[in-house]
Amino acid sequence: MELTAIDWLIMAIYFVFVLGIGFALKRYMKTSTDFFLSGRSIPAWIAGLAFISANLGAQEVIGMAASGAKYGIATSHFYWVGGVPAMVFVGIFMMPFYYGSRARSVPEYLKLRFDEKTRGFNAISFAVMTIFSSGISIYAMGLLLKLLLGWDFNVSVWVSAAIVLVYIFLGGLTSAIYNEVLQFFLIVFGFAPLVFLGLRDTGGWGGLQERLARVATENGYAAGAWSHSWKMLDDPSSNPMGIEWFGLAMGLGFVLSFGYWCTDFLVVQRAMAADSMLAARRTPLIAAVPKLIFPFLVILPGMIAIALTYKAGASGFALPKRPDGAFNYDLAIPMMLVHYFPTGLLGLGLTALMASFMSGMAGNVTAFNTVWTYDIYQSYIRKDASDEHYLWMGRMATVFGIVVSVAAAYVATVFNNIMDMLQLIFAFVNAPLFATFVLGMFWKRATGHGAFYGLLIGTLGAAAHHGLSLPKGALAGVKGGWFATLHTYPSEMAQNFWTAIYAWTACFIVTIVVSLATKPREDKDLVGLVWSLTERPKDEGSAWYLRPGFLGIIVMLLTILVNVIFW
Amino acid sequence: MGLDIRLPIGFMFILVGALLGFYGHFGPQEIYQRSLGINVNMHWGVVMLAFGSIMTLLGSRAHKKK
Repeated sequence: MELTAIDWLIMAIYFVFVLGIGFALKRYMKTSTDFFLSGRSIPAWIAGLAFISANLGAQEVIGMAASGAKYGIATSHFYWVGGVPAMVFVGIFMMPFYYGSRARSVPEYLKLRFDEKTRGFNAISFAVMTIFSSGISIYAMGLLLKLLLGWDFNVSVWVSAAIVLVYIFLGGLTSAIYNEVLQFFLIVFGFAPLVFLGLRDTGGWGGLQERLARVATENGYAAGAWSHSWKMLDDPSSNPMGIEWFGLAMGLGFVLSFGYWCTDFLVVQRAMAADSMLAARRTPLIAAVPKLIFPFLVILPGMIAIALTYKAGASGFALPKRPDGAFNYDLAIPMMLVHYFPTGLLGLGLTALMASFMSGMAGNVTAFNTVWTYDIYQSYIRKDASDEHYLWMGRMATVFGIVVSVAAAYVATVFNNIMDMLQLIFAFVNAPLFATFVLGMFWKRATGHGAFYGLLIGTLGAAAHHGLSLPKGALAGVKGGWFATLHTYPSEMAQNFWTAIYAWTACFIVTIVVSLATKPREDKDLVGLVWSLTERPKDEGSAWYLRPGFLGIIVMLLTILVNVIFW
Repeated sequence: MGLDIRLPIGFMFILVGALLGFYGHFGPQEIYQRSLGINVNMHWGVVMLAFGSIMTLLGSRAHKKK
């Protein structure tokens, strides 16, 4: 695929603006609070769009389209079951503690609520995870640009890393947040024409349905398996995901989704930067609105791609295959961009793709530099330095984080399995954490020892379940069963969901048991940290339609509506 | 924090929208075979231009109020 001058020009304009925002914000970075928390000055709508954009990394865009092709509309469960409800919950019930406790990070909340060792455990595992996520994000980008445009892997990786470095180094979290808002709009405007053209090629919604029925029947499922989200979930064998409704609701809808949206500092940090308690609580609720709509932007292209592959449209689009003959689902969006977009719009589409890689990387790097500086460096290495010193350390941590991410990207090129491996580690670390937070925020009897051992056993429980089970047709190793195979799941996704359920349950039970056996903290130390001892935030100052409770109800009603429509 | 983000977003969309619209109108027309015969550059350029103008307007009004 050859790019022309106008494509290059659009990319160049984007890069100039991204860097320009960094330079424009440099003079506002006077204290470490400015750099790490945007001086707690961000309006709700900006924090909300950044909240969703930080999550809209390339793995999300590419991965969700791939799942759309592979599993159909059931992929929307990652949004309408595994996203929005948890976002409403964190906005209404958890934000009062995150924002109200004045903690500067999620691990710091754990320190205030529990103790130092629980914070340390979370800070270190989180820091490692973010660096690897960011590394994988640029690895995936380098690989994709090489495949699509023949660009040199090294150049793509280093240039994009350098751009992200410059704008965060100069403008800290504010720069990342502002750019995330810009990237959000760019992604929407870059991908929307793709959905329009793709749908036109399938002959509209009706033509898409008819083709998807063909995809389903040719793969041995009932005709609606790709176009219904719930109908086929009564039995794992009747849907391509290989999952039944209970595993989905508990594993994805409860443990994994709440574990991510409610405890992952990468997203929570955006709300913590908001300019008031009310704005912080509204942040995830505002973010939930685009989250409701995104399936049409990222999942639908995947469904269109597979539909056109089974029955070609006028333009002859089809998904490419891997050397082993299986479809290369990951290329659904990139190949559609190249297939449908003429020069000009192609530049915009590719810029949107790069923007999604960059926002994913920047989100990770800003979360890393904060956790490193406050929760590791200030806590264990240098306690009483000046604020100026921590600001400097934040900038150094940004450089370090980016360089190590790039190194991680190169490690990923050497090991085929590293992606699977990391996915696994994320599941081990994130799933039990939600149990710790639920108990910490809503049960004042939970103790530091309880939280720490609960997390430890929960993580080990996840590992044990994974080591003893295997998805159908997989070989023992990184996919599981490395200990023994006691149970075989119909799909990898079913295994993941159940790993999360076991990890959460183990952490929940152990935290309760150990807490009951250890000495609780006095009530006066827990004010502002636990639900029963904290005054409810008052929203009287704002109009009723802007209050978090009302917004939450509206968002949930809309969520139920889309679930019913695509039942 | 000092900078109203709607302004840079607005400027960028105006610039890119105008560029796409201009290219769609005056540039080669045979390239639209791949987009099913639709001049997507021109149409989408106009949409982006409109969005950019709204953002700029909102940003500059807030700026004046201050």
